[in-house]
Amino acid sequence: MGSQATTESAWRGGVKPFKASYGKMMMWFFLLTDALTFSGFLGAYGFARFKYADTWPLAENVFTHFPGIHGDQPLLYVALMTFILIMSSVTMVLAVHHGKNMDTKKVAWWMGFTVLGGIIFLGSQAWEWMHFIHGTAEGALQLADGSIAKVIAAGTEVMGQTYNFDVLRLGTEKFITDPTTIATLSAGAEHVYGANMVVNEYGLPQFANFFFFITGFHGFHVFTGVLLNLIVFINVLFGTYERRGHYEMVEKVGLYWHFVDLVWVFVFTFFYLV
Amino acid sequence: MSHDNHGGTKQIWLVFWILLALTAVEVALGIYKPVSYEILKWTFIILTLVKAYYIVAYFMHVKHETKSFAWTLALPTFILIPYLLFVLLTESSDLIL
Repeated sequence: MGSQATTESAWRGGVKPFKASYGKMMMWFFLLTDALTFSGFLGAYGFARFKYADTWPLAENVFTHFPGIHGDQPLLYVALMTFILIMSSVTMVLAVHHGKNMDTKKVAWWMGFTVLGGIIFLGSQAWEWMHFIHGTAEGALQLADGSIAKVIAAGTEVMGQTYNFDVLRLGTEKFITDPTTIATLSAGAEHVYGANMVVNEYGLPQFANFFFFITGFHGFHVFTGVLLNLIVFINVLFGTYERRGHYEMVEKVGLYWHFVDLVWVFVFTFFYLV
Repeated sequence: MSHDNHGGTKQIWLVFWILLALTAVEVALGIYKPVSYEILKWTFIILTLVKAYYIVAYFMHVKHETKSFAWTLALPTFILIPYLLFVLLTESSDLIL
């Protein structure tokens, strides 16, 4: 009879395999599948990035803006975004910590900060997207074969020389300085500004597609995380978990939130650094 | 339930400083590029994996779960993801072979 009772309660979620509750374990298995999904995306990105290594735009040449600072600031803005997300991961883990001590007031504070951190991150991402979509003031030429050429204004030093006419740059470092070739290439070329799903003034449109898809899918996770955190935050304020006798719900959304931070660590490396 | 609280807030902040320092190193290397791209690339990948370890082990508490649970999560990750990356990156270039 004893073993039957155990089986029955197991199907009702009564026993804890791995000494982890049903909810926590299932959150982990969901996160595992989600990790595989993101690996697929980043793997596909790596495939395209190395397949078109010669003409692939480098993120450090694309995302160079920082609010309030003029000129090129590669990596600085995305470093700030990374810092915000790590910080909000810390506030989350502090909320979990105080939840274990049943300290409602401190859980509420740290959950509140976590929600705030998530909202700031989403705002930062919107700003980054806006700059990428709008592009630069001078834009670029999309040549007849679909490739992108940057127009370098006359008088700018190119490979140690200056020219009294506009020269073209293909890819990251191939310069076209011969006037006849420039004229041939420019014929039928179209001026493009910024990036979207069809054109990308920084180079291959696939780069823009991957950027929108991967950071967009991650941003969607952040957005979902903020909603979940907000629901838990409100429940903390209402004393729901105080009455329940434990703060496991904070732990479960905490796992999801840390996972969002974890994915960003990889997006940061493989999209912006490598 | 104090037996569940490993290390307290001190350890949480220690992990935070580690993550921050590693990120700062990555950003500095990315801006100043003191070594060749090949070395830089692998440095970034190793630093990222170290950061991932700290997040999963301490923030996500896996270090204090049962060993069997940790392996249940780790094995699919360690087998499927490198396999997928191997296939994709081999097809795209001769960079890793």
